[in-house]
Amino acid sequence: MDAHSGDIAAPHHHFPWYTTSEGKPAGLRGFLTSTNHKRIGILYMVPILSFFTIAVILGVLMRIQMLSPDSKFLTGTLYNQIFTLHGVIMVFLVVIPGIPTIFGNFFIPILIGGKDMAFPRLNLFTWYLYMLGAVILLVSIVALGKGPADTGWTFYVPYSLRTTVNVPFAVFGVFILGMSSILTGLNFVTTVHMERAPGMKFSRLPLSIWGIYATAWVQVLATPVIGITMVLILVERIFGIGVFDPTKGGDPLLYQHLFWIYSHPAVYIMILPAMGIISDIFPVFSRKNIFGYKTIAFSSLAIASVGSLVWGHHMYVSGQSDTAGWIFSLLTFLVAVPSAIKVFNWVATLYKGSIRMDAPFLYALGFIALFSIGGLTGLILGALSTDVHTHDTYFVVGHFHYVIFGGMGFGLFAALHYWFPKMWGRMYNEKTAVVAFIILFVGFNVFYMTMLILGWAGMPRRYYSYLPQFTDLQRIATYGSWIMVGGLALMFGNLLHGFLRGKKAADNPWGGATLEWQIPSPPAEHSFTETPVITRGPYVFTDGNGDGHGKKEEHEQQPQHKR
Amino acid sequence: MSSSHSTSADIQGEGVRARLGLWLFLLSEILLFGGMFLLYAMYRYKYAPDFHAGSQELSRFDGTLNTIVLLTSSLTVVVALHSLHVKHNVRRTAIFLAATIALGLTFLVVKSFEWTAKFEHGLYPGAKFLLSQSHGLILFFGLYFTMTGLHALHVMVGMGVLSGVLNFVLRGKITPDHVTIMENGALYWHLVDIIWIFLFPLFYLIT
Repeated sequence: MDAHSGDIAAPHHHFPWYTTSEGKPAGLRGFLTSTNHKRIGILYMVPILSFFTIAVILGVLMRIQMLSPDSKFLTGTLYNQIFTLHGVIMVFLVVIPGIPTIFGNFFIPILIGGKDMAFPRLNLFTWYLYMLGAVILLVSIVALGKGPADTGWTFYVPYSLRTTVNVPFAVFGVFILGMSSILTGLNFVTTVHMERAPGMKFSRLPLSIWGIYATAWVQVLATPVIGITMVLILVERIFGIGVFDPTKGGDPLLYQHLFWIYSHPAVYIMILPAMGIISDIFPVFSRKNIFGYKTIAFSSLAIASVGSLVWGHHMYVSGQSDTAGWIFSLLTFLVAVPSAIKVFNWVATLYKGSIRMDAPFLYALGFIALFSIGGLTGLILGALSTDVHTHDTYFVVGHFHYVIFGGMGFGLFAALHYWFPKMWGRMYNEKTAVVAFIILFVGFNVFYMTMLILGWAGMPRRYYSYLPQFTDLQRIATYGSWIMVGGLALMFGNLLHGFLRGKKAADNPWGGATLEWQIPSPPAEHSFTETPVITRGPYVFTDGNGDGHGKKEEHEQQPQHKR
Repeated sequence: MSSSHSTSADIQGEGVRARLGLWLFLLSEILLFGGMFLLYAMYRYKYAPDFHAGSQELSRFDGTLNTIVLLTSSLTVVVALHSLHVKHNVRRTAIFLAATIALGLTFLVVKSFEWTAKFEHGLYPGAKFLLSQSHGLILFFGLYFTMTGLHALHVMVGMGVLSGVLNFVLRGKITPDHVTIMENGALYWHLVDIIWIFLFPLFYLIT
């Protein structure tokens, strides 16, 4: 560690500089006014992980209700409100902002060799918008005594226009969160274009950056549509303009179109950053250059663009035309191509690699297994005829959780472990991390695989009760959810312990070749003392291992970027 | 960045950053209105005769007047920018910026007269009279008020932005070599203008 970072990190103090201020733990004020991208990343991490915990607890409450067909644990309305809150919190407060705002903020400037985001003040402003949106959502739980929305996270009309619970607060909160998301995307696109170090061509960007970059475009272009849709629900409820109200000639189907024009691309906002991080982790733990760098990079853009044209597959049975149905089905199958390209490339990266089975890599492998199941069940739902049988059942819920929890969730956990030593300068306990992963993985599959089976057998989603023949499977699912939550608790406990008491981490514990591993752990306030000059791709390892596929120039040149 | 880089290059980079950011923002604004235009297209297709009937109720004179007002304001904001950037004339810049803001205000005043007239005739969402009319007419006026209302909101935001710019110009924070904020404010104003260029024929000129 050089003198520069030593000064700032205050060696006698063992927490990173961004949690401290003049040697003492940083007050809230230090955080709330700092425009440093690393602090903003941490600033997002705390509420996002807290909201994740809250939403997990809500999920557990639902599973307890489902232990028996005539359970009186929750009332019907309360069950509706809880699954709505679970969905709204998870989707809008955790999964959509999750990886970009935490790891994007912390690592984009470092990974591209830049000083900070293009718009640091705007960056902090997005956090305030995020918190404002979150507060409005939370107010909807208690305000006016009517309770939170019971519409499901989709706010489908006409029910969302008529229910007396606090839908207006919820949709306004989502609108504000949308603004936060747009501005974050705008900042990230500009940053990737403008803040790259000399020599950091687009063809040398780490694939995590490609993933977040593609995501940022979707954030800018798709989010305004949900913004206006939420505004229209508000205006419809207050003034009764009629656009979604069938009694005034409005068409509820148009609401669904507008909603999914955003909310399907939003699924790619959730998954693409995770795919990017997985693409960074695979080469490092295989000691090999990534297989098919360009195809992975461009498949991110392909997913982002084609994925914006498939929203109608959420509406096969809601009355859209048959022509629209088969076109959307065809496009849905097309999106499977770039997704599969990524999976094949990751697996091909392993071939003849020198594999290190550390916790981040286990999570990355878990990602591939779970995301593949999620993707394949997605094809069953994407086919018109089979969807008639499976729509609005647990099969959809299981599929969604395989893709999003198995995908984005495991990507997030992989990133938490992979970048843990860099962010905190400390190590978690590796053995505990592996045990936690195994418990989490087993619980996950017991839970959601059972949901897939239940759905196939006809169990509808969003019901607080069920027919007696589903009892055994419902109980297995609930037991699985408990195992899963146990794994989650162990994982977070281990990370927290590592943060407080972990062994000091080396600057480059995994032998990574991207820029964040060439600077001290934890990074100083200014990541680089000199602007790095980039002369090679992100996965060219110089420790004698790996890379049989790099370009000639990359072999001949030594990496020149120094801190 | 090393110290050998000139500061003017930094300023230039700053300008490119801000412009790129603003264009992305404008894209997102277009998609925000895009959702509304999509609804308009669907309902006009479904209820074409009612939409034509609804259009007859709007004042073409007021609409045309407002179009001229907004187009002129786009001209004045460009003249203001030119006055500062090329002519280095702060006083002229301030006058034309003020004129732009005044034209925005004129637009809102005309708009409010229009809305008031509609209120008096019971042609507003939720009005008993309107609810007794056909579905297409209810939707026409629902969309008319929502879309022109959202647009008017943008006019107000634009006026706020330009007032900020005017303040910066007068306090010397925006100088002839440092016009990025002003350029971006003007771009935003043009967007507000362009959206009106689409709203005007779609509501006032359909027959």
